[in-house]
Amino acid sequence: MTLKTQSTQETENLTVIIDETFIDDTLTENTVSDSSALTSSEQSLQPLSYRNAFMLVLKRDLTIAMRHKDDIINPLLFFVIVVTLFPLGIGPEAQTLSRIAPGIIWVAALLATLLSLDRLFKSDHLDGSLEQMLLSPHPIFILVLAKIFAHWLITGLPLILIAPLLAVLLHLDEHSYTALLLTLLLGTPVLSLLGAVGVALTVGIKKGGVLLSLLVLPLYIPVLIFATSAIDTAALGLPYSGQLAIIAALFFGSLTLAPFAVGAALKVSTN
Amino acid sequence: MWKWLHPYANPEVSYHFTNKLLPWLSALAAIFLSIGLVWALLFAPADYQQGHSFRIFYIHVPAASLSMGIYFAMAVAAFSSLVWQLKLADASAAAMAPVGASFTAIALITGAAWGKPMWGTWWIWDARLTSELILLFLYLGVIALHNAFEDKNLAGKAAGILTLVGVINIPIIKYSVDWWNTLHQGSTVSKLGKPSMSLDMLWPFIFCFIGFSLLVGVIICLRFRNEILARNSIRPWVRELVKNNTSQ
Repeated sequence: MTLKTQSTQETENLTVIIDETFIDDTLTENTVSDSSALTSSEQSLQPLSYRNAFMLVLKRDLTIAMRHKDDIINPLLFFVIVVTLFPLGIGPEAQTLSRIAPGIIWVAALLATLLSLDRLFKSDHLDGSLEQMLLSPHPIFILVLAKIFAHWLITGLPLILIAPLLAVLLHLDEHSYTALLLTLLLGTPVLSLLGAVGVALTVGIKKGGVLLSLLVLPLYIPVLIFATSAIDTAALGLPYSGQLAIIAALFFGSLTLAPFAVGAALKVSTN
Repeated sequence: MWKWLHPYANPEVSYHFTNKLLPWLSALAAIFLSIGLVWALLFAPADYQQGHSFRIFYIHVPAASLSMGIYFAMAVAAFSSLVWQLKLADASAAAMAPVGASFTAIALITGAAWGKPMWGTWWIWDARLTSELILLFLYLGVIALHNAFEDKNLAGKAAGILTLVGVINIPIIKYSVDWWNTLHQGSTVSKLGKPSMSLDMLWPFIFCFIGFSLLVGVIICLRFRNEILARNSIRPWVRELVKNNTSQ
């Protein structure tokens, strides 16, 4: 029962997007013939701007995520459990642990993101709303960016919040905490953006899960390298702004390029 | 140039063109490879430090550089397929992927075999080795994506997008790995230090390199031909071809 109401809610949100733009089209046709009379009543039928479209998709995705809270919690639990397994496997010596802590936290973050990626387009693809989004007159770039941002808010942000706790468990050097948080803050969006390309490519495939990791993990290597080295450098008390700058460059590069690739891939997948 | 290239967008024309190309390529590959390999393995002087074990260089280096070259060629094919909607470009990219993966694997295996006597270990996390390994993963990803789709056209497009994403990432990965290694280990077991090769070592290498490139050309042509046939199996000209072949 709850499922049903939810899906109707989703389609309502979508029809809002489509309807408003449809009205917008007819409106512009009218105003061409009579451009002088853009009265205040017509002002309320403002075209759906890029920002509005972005906010609508974002709000919709966040609402859906809030209704499936375990989708938020499960990757987080996975993250915590993977990190706890390492001391059990390697041994409890504080020195060893603090040496490998950056690597463990980051690899676990990669895997947790990877697990949560599946949700990005899958359910939308199954209920058909993804196709409707692709058909809407808004640039796919904006819609995809909104979805990725929502995904990061749901999975990346909780990881960042819980990371300091795990850093304590792993005896991470106390100079490195800021570095850890900053690298996670800059790096996890890159993970979401690059991962979205992989999901978009595999969303039409039945058994896409393992394939997704094969496609996406090699692309995550640069982020991993620079993030862990920034944390290591911070532990030595040296400046790590260079590594941060490179991660920021990766972030902006993927922010501008990845949504195009995602859009193209979604068009292929939904065919 | 476009006018001249135009007819080759037709599968039938390019099938017959590949057919004509194949004997020439195979003959040249055989000549160059036999001269190059015999010269390299039997007559080229042994390295004064590494002795005879350096001869694996003549296979290792062509394989390594071809593995990168094939990925680049694949990216060009993927780009032209996405931009100009050339279906044959998809077919050629599909033909190239496994060849590239095999050459990457050859480069890794010969590298390991060379590393054992030289560095005393099969594998070190040297920057070049690592980026070659990652290249192999990228190839395997493309191949896996190809196989995951039922529809060959969709598979080609999806794998094309992945190839282009990969080709943007390869330089980034390569430089980050280079940087990672120099940061973590300082100078590793020095990689040969690029011995400025003497001419009697260089010539067989050039022959081997051209030979291997031609061999890649031959294999890709064979696979490309098969791809064309597989994708056009319902066309009349393919049926004619099969009938004529079986009746002979």
